[in-house]
Parts: sequence; C-alpha cells; structure tokens
Amino acid sequence: MNGPFARFRQNRLALAGLALIIIMYLGALMAPLLAPYAPDESIDLINNRNSAPSGTHILGTDRYARDIFSRLLYGARISLTVGLAAVGLSLVIGTLVGLLAGQLGGWVDTVLMRLVDLLISFPRLVLLLAVAAFFHRSILLIMVLLGLTGWMTTARVIRGEILALREREFILAAGALGASPVRVAFRHLLPNCLAPLVVTATLGLGQAILVEAGLSFLGLGVPPPTASWGAMVNEGRHLLLEAPWITTFPGLAIVFAVLCFNLVGDALRDAFDPRLEGVKEG
Amino acid sequence: MIRFILKRLLHAVPILLGVSILLFFVMHLAPGDPSYYYFNPDSSPETQARMAENLGLDQPLSVQFFRWISAFARFDFQYSLIHHRPVTGLILEALPRTLILSSAALLLMFGGGILLGVFSAARRNTLADHVVSVVSLFFYSMPTFWLALMLVLLFALLLPIMPASGMSSPNADLLPPLQRLLDRLWHLLLPALTLGLSGAAGIARYARGSLLEVAGQDYIRTARAKGLSERQVLFKHSLRNGLIPVITLFGLSLPFLFGGSVLVEWIFAWHGMGWLMVSAIGQRDYPLVIGCTFFYSLMVVLGNLVADLLYRAADPRIRRQS
Repeated sequence: MNGPFARFRQNRLALAGLALIIIMYLGALMAPLLAPYAPDESIDLINNRNSAPSGTHILGTDRYARDIFSRLLYGARISLTVGLAAVGLSLVIGTLVGLLAGQLGGWVDTVLMRLVDLLISFPRLVLLLAVAAFFHRSILLIMVLLGLTGWMTTARVIRGEILALREREFILAAGALGASPVRVAFRHLLPNCLAPLVVTATLGLGQAILVEAGLSFLGLGVPPPTASWGAMVNEGRHLLLEAPWITTFPGLAIVFAVLCFNLVGDALRDAFDPRLEGVKEG
Repeated sequence: MIRFILKRLLHAVPILLGVSILLFFVMHLAPGDPSYYYFNPDSSPETQARMAENLGLDQPLSVQFFRWISAFARFDFQYSLIHHRPVTGLILEALPRTLILSSAALLLMFGGGILLGVFSAARRNTLADHVVSVVSLFFYSMPTFWLALMLVLLFALLLPIMPASGMSSPNADLLPPLQRLLDRLWHLLLPALTLGLSGAAGIARYARGSLLEVAGQDYIRTARAKGLSERQVLFKHSLRNGLIPVITLFGLSLPFLFGGSVLVEWIFAWHGMGWLMVSAIGQRDYPLVIGCTFFYSLMVVLGNLVADLLYRAADPRIRRQS
C-alpha cells in the first residue's frame, strides 16, 4: 500500500464515519432551516405532551410538548461546538506544554510530566464537577473547563515525538545553521507532529462530547432551556416507560457522534502509523 | 518493597497539597464571598458573623490559606450544611459503597474484556472478530449514563426482574443475614453491569491488540515450529505475555471507574461518594463538595499505588529495574 491517505480511504467504516460527522455538523449549522419547529416552542401543551413519534413529530415530543427532532438539531450545535472549542484549547495547551517539556528537558520536563501524570490519573468528571459547582453555568465555562482538563494526552504525544525527532539530521542541521530553539520548534518540529496531533484531536473530540453530555446530564452543563443532548437524556429519565423516545434518541445521537469520531480517529492512527498496520491486518 | 510503598506515599503528599491549593483558589475566585458557601443564607447577621469568626473568614487571605491546608491535613472539612454532621464522617460512610460498586464493576470489566479480547484475537479477521470489534467500539462510544438508563428500561421496567434503583429492598432489615446479603448483591448487579459493560469494551480492544502484537514475536513462531497446536500456542505462550500489558490498564481505568461511578450511583440511587457529591452540588452543600473532591484524589493516589504494585508483581522485568 502507498501513502496514509490511500490507507485511510480503504477503511470503509471510517469513511462512513467521516461522512456522518460532516452531515452532523451541516445539520447543526443549518438547524434553523431543517428543524420543523423552534427548539423551545411548546406545541399544544395540553394535548401534545410526551407524544410518541408520528408524522408530525418524527421523534416524538417531550413533557413540555417540544419537538424532539428540532431539539436534537439545535442540541447538536451545543454538543458539537463545545467539543470543538474544548479540543482546540486542549491542543494549544498540550502542544505548548509538550514543546516546553521536550525542548527544555531537565527539571522543566520532570515537573511538567509529573503534572500530566497527575491530571491524567484524575477522573475528569469529578474535577469538572468540583469546579463547576462554584461557578455560574455557561457554555463558555464548560468549553474552558473541558479544554483545561483535556490537554494531557496531546502534551505526552508532542513530547514523545520531539524526543524522537530531536536527534534526527534535519533538526540538528537546522540548529547548526543557527535557527533559534523557538524557530526549530515551530518551523521544523511541530509540522512533523501533525499526524499524531490530528489523531489525538479526533479521539479527544469524542471524549469531550461524552464528558460534556455527562455534565449536562447531571444538570451542570449548559443551563436550560437550551437544548443539549446530555440534558435531553436527563429530561426523559423519569418518563422512561411512558415516553422512552425522550431518552433514547438524544442518547443515540451521542453514541453515533462519539462512534464516528472514534472510527475516524482509529483509522487515522492506523493509516499514519505503519507500525500498527501489521497488528490490524493480522 | 516497603521502601517503594513509602516512597510512593511520599510522592502523594504534593499531589494532595496541589488539590487542596486548587480548591482554595477555586473557592476564592468563584463569584461572591467564600462565606456564601459556608452559611445558611437565612441565618441572622450575628450568627453569620460568629461563624465567619469561627471559620477564620475574617482573617487575612494568607492566614486563611494556612488554616485551610492544615485543616486538609487533619481531614477536617467542617460540617455539612445540609446533614449538619462532620463531612468526613459522611464520606467515610459512603466510601465503602463506592468501593464495592467499583470493585464489582472492575471484575466484570476485566473478566468480560479479557474474554472478548482473547476470543477476537483467536479468531482474528473472521466475521466473529469483526462483529466483536464493531460492537466493542459501539459500547466504548456509549455514555455510561445512557447505558444505565437503557438497562433500567430493559431489565427493570419492560421486563420487571431487577430493581431500578436503591441499595436494598424496603423489607431488607427484616431478612436473615444471608438473604440480606443476596438482596444487596441483587441491587448491585445492574449498576455494576452498567459500569462493567461500558469499560469492558475498552479492555477488549486493548487485549486483542496486545495479543496480536505478541503473535508476531519470534518465540511464538518457535512454538508453532516445534509443532504445538494453535490452541496450545495461544493459551501457553501468547496469553501469558500478551496479557501483561492489560494489567497496566488497571491503573488507567481508575479515572473511568470513579468518574463513571458518579453517574451510575446518581442514576441507581447507590448512596456512595458520587451520589453524595452530586446531591451536595445540587443542595449547594459546599463543604461536602470540597470534602468529596479531596477524598476522590486520595482514592486516585491509593488506587495508583495498588496498580503499580500489581504491575510489579506481574512483570519481573519492572522489579529488576527499580
């Protein structure tokens, strides 16, 4: 087989995942056009509460007679953008920490990697709960908190890549030609870390969506009435038997979103890392 | 061995110190005065002033900081605002319940995960392997809290054979000891199964990969060359070495177990630490929130120590290094 992209293209499941991710983001983007109702609109509060899926409400309605399909579309905006922003922040922090640790070495490296070990062994949800409990809930807070607690894998990956690259001829040559360590880091080291960065980011997106959903489920995510998938699952929690669709559909949305990111992330890792190829193909 | 344990316990001190400093800053950075987190807003101004004095909230920040750290060192987290009892006592009551749930989940998770991983590795690239892989990834991507609700819907509501929540039946106190134990286990099954299923998927994926990696080693080729059957190669040679890395997953799965147990305890009204913490947040019982966070970090530190000891016991190469 040839390049990583050819290898990626051969993985049909991952391609399907990528297509679904694009469709989901388009759906979130075009929610106002696609949604048959407004997300917070009660449609006939007296007769239409907890209605089963039907022609008028393809995924049914919740206990405030709101259309679940419309809420799912608007909820995708929250779940998918929170994940994206959080992972963006994680990438920046993780890359800087990894660069610092890998380039400076010595005690800086020891201290930073200790911090990474500590944070990575901590249950992210507990940490988020402890901090979120003291602040007013907002989308921005959730994004920042998720970003601040998700950068460790990136830092580890970048540091590992840098340690491996540092002794390579082209890096030594850049240094010998008088390039400053900062220039070497950003012009020569970082571009070579792109593949593992993309892989960690893709897998991190799935994790961020899961954690955000967990927080929203516990009522500590984005404040209501804004629709988010985790909060929607919670809204149907006490109507499981009477109206299972309220819980089931948002949950499925989370599963498929995370599944797609995991499929694509796995496939990218296999495509970029030929060492693993033998393992996968047997 | 004892030196190793002591050394690791010493490493735990800066970690716990870090957590207490973090919590101190969170409390003082959060909007509003810290006193807001410690008193009942309905109490009279005199009472509030007296309590502020008792808690040292009238002191300068530096004094408060050292008081805070020394209180943490003594495991003194004040009184719960809702339960009117010392926080540490409440947590010590809940802690064993979380440990029971996590251990049961851990057993299911590693038992199921390793079985599935071995099954997949032995039948690699067959239809069965692909099905297991896709199903594992599906469960791996599933939010634990949603899986919990689906299992409740299935096994407690549609097919009412299991309890939907709680830790014992209403009449449990009247039962003889053995039946009471069975009743408790019966209530434990669904929450533990939720966490176990959620975690087993990751273990299965990892175990499969690890076994296949071993399958490419020279000594496996040698074992085949001397005429051993595939089954013998798998059970005698691949498993022993291929499953060593799986033991490292014990430490790596602790954050998942504790984080997941928060959600599972909340859904199943299993009154452990996670349930305590989420209900404390809902009731604005801040001393209890802080106490729970600290005890979680303590559990993480001790859990990692156990994980290291396990790994040393399993792999002689590690022991020789240190």
